Amino acid sequence: MKYLVCISKTPETTAKIAFTNGDTQFDKNGVQFILNPYDEWYALVRALELKEAQGGTVTVINVGTSENDAVIRKALAIGADDAVRIDADPTSAMFVAKQISEYVKSNPFDVIFLGKETIDYNGSEVGGMLAEYLDLPYVSYAMALDIEGGSAKVTRDIEGGSETSKINLPVVVSAAKGMAEQRIPNMRGIMMAKRKPLNVVEAVAFSDKSKVVGYALPTGKTEVKMIDPENMDELVRLLQEEAKVL
Amino acid sequence: MVLVYAETQNGQFKKAAFEAVAYGKKSADILGTSCEAIVVGNAENPGQLGQYGAAKVHHLNGSGVAHFDGKSYASAIAGAAERTNAKLVVVSHSSQGKTLVGRLAVKMDAGSVSGVNHLPEQKDGKLCVKKNVFSGKAIAEYAIEGDAAVFSLMGNTLKPEQSGSDAEVVNVTLDGSSEIEILEVNLQQGDAAPLPEAELVVSAGRGMKGPENWEIIEELARTLGATTACSRPVADTGWRPHHEHVGQTGVAIRPNLYIAAGISGAIQHLAGVSSSKCIVVINKDPEAPFFKAADYGVCADLFDVVPKLTEAIKKAKA
Ligand SMILES: Cc1cc2nc3c(=O)[nH]c(=O)nc-3n(C[C@H](O)[C@H](O)[C@H](O)COP(=O)(O)OP(=O)(O)OC[C@H]3O[C@@H](n4cnc5c(N)ncnc54)[C@H](O)[C@@H]3O)c2cc1C
Ligand SMILES: Nc1ncnc2c1ncn2[C@@H]1O[C@H](COP(=O)(O)O)[C@@H](O)[C@H]1O
Repeated sequence: MKYLVCISKTPETTAKIAFTNGDTQFDKNGVQFILNPYDEWYALVRALELKEAQGGTVTVINVGTSENDAVIRKALAIGADDAVRIDADPTSAMFVAKQISEYVKSNPFDVIFLGKETIDYNGSEVGGMLAEYLDLPYVSYAMALDIEGGSAKVTRDIEGGSETSKINLPVVVSAAKGMAEQRIPNMRGIMMAKRKPLNVVEAVAFSDKSKVVGYALPTGKTEVKMIDPENMDELVRLLQEEAKVL
Repeated sequence: MVLVYAETQNGQFKKAAFEAVAYGKKSADILGTSCEAIVVGNAENPGQLGQYGAAKVHHLNGSGVAHFDGKSYASAIAGAAERTNAKLVVVSHSSQGKTLVGRLAVKMDAGSVSGVNHLPEQKDGKLCVKKNVFSGKAIAEYAIEGDAAVFSLMGNTLKPEQSGSDAEVVNVTLDGSSEIEILEVNLQQGDAAPLPEAELVVSAGRGMKGPENWEIIEELARTLGATTACSRPVADTGWRPHHEHVGQTGVAIRPNLYIAAGISGAIQHLAGVSSSKCIVVINKDPEAPFFKAADYGVCADLFDVVPKLTEAIKKAKA
């Protein structure tokens, strides 16, 4: 089995969010970047578990500039066999999906994993776009995935429950909580990662269909109103009359 | 034309479907056009979407769309968009919608924005719309390049109001088969709304001390008609089921009311709940970071306050 894991780089969860250039660009100044948690903890680790149990290879792919090599090396340190970086600054989800689809068309895989979303733009879009470009089935927010013969058995999160289905390979899957447990790279993994192949591929031309034109920070939350613990009637009144949520 | 995909479950429209149609109608008014809806698979009285603003309902049914499959559903929706010459397609930002939004954008060669929570605007001839980014820590405005757009609509963005009458229903049969074979569907029991759709949520954290103490939280939720949620360590240690875990790594929600008892308010927790319209925090530590994100705070022992709050709600309801 050949597994491909799409990995992205995102600001660390506690990063301070600020903008520059007349609020049209994310301010990277002083921001620490990490592998997108869903890609790292769930998608990559599940691909590695399947490989360890049944054989195969795990390739990670990223659309980004050489600034991303550190997070790509981390994925190799966790256990991926090799990496591909498509050399471009990603400007939209469709841009990313287009680039990855072009690569996969000439280098096919059995299962293509993504994270459920990136924690910066919270899109959940790349997976569906990639599947459409490749004309493959796509299962989003998968909580479990097993390979049985030539098909995948996938359980995905739906509102108020879960749904389990069987799909012939190849398939595109986005991974959510439940799929696997985070792995911390060990010293040996980190040493080996330095020697694993990281192939840089040229991007294809693509013009975006949607673009961010400006950012804003949420308008300041009003000061919290402290309520006397002995007076819950007052809280209920405020929820009904002031907040109008009851 | 604005075309809205209205989701059903077991033949009944979801709350998100009415919201999406109402949003589609408001968007259509802004764009100076009309709004139509598309329903796929079994649905009870699809014409009722007219009451939320759909001028016409396209009801697609048949072996090709017997159960949800992103590929065949996206084909059906994109086909209807082409027939009706729709410039904007709206789906819900739900498990189905998240599967569809990217597929539809590629199929229709359209610009997509997922999780929108504002009405669109026309600026310099371009369709613009806002959504939350960085887990609610900022808002981004997107502009659509080209002439077609696909949005997925965040739940609870607007309150659907009923007016008008039922719409004309056009039936379309779709034959075919799906590549996805459904083996099993598990839905949680109970009357409360699923967490992503809930308007009222009561949540608790490690301050509860142990799973045996949850009755006071459940009682408060029952009294309100709210859904229960929890912080991550509570789900990780098995005090509560995993589907209740909210936050960065769990479910992201934006209910009208979020009550948090015994939760400190770590940034990763806030990432999933801070877009709630109103937040009530109950914590005995006056320095708990959650108070900074709250609208109302009660600084006291939750074992004391939660039952009192339940009683006060019962009294107000009586
Ligand atoms: C990458 C990453 C992702 C994460 N994702 C999530 C996520 O999705 N969701 C999430 O929730 N967390 C997440 N976390 C964990 C998060 O950082 C916090 O550790 C967690 O939210 C704390 O849970 P808590 O508030 O229940 O517990 P604690 O932090 O232990 O807080 C308990 C609170 O209860 C109060 N308390 C105690 N007893 C009482 C009482 N009798 N009456 C009233 N108040 C009382 C205390 O004052 C305290 O504030 C993540 C962490 C990381 C590193
Ligand atoms: N620049 C990128 N390179 C490779 N994969 C990406 C990139 N951006 C996003 N992805 C993948 O797409 C998933 C969903 O991203 P999004 O649609 O942006 O929320 C992520 O979890 C990654 O698996």
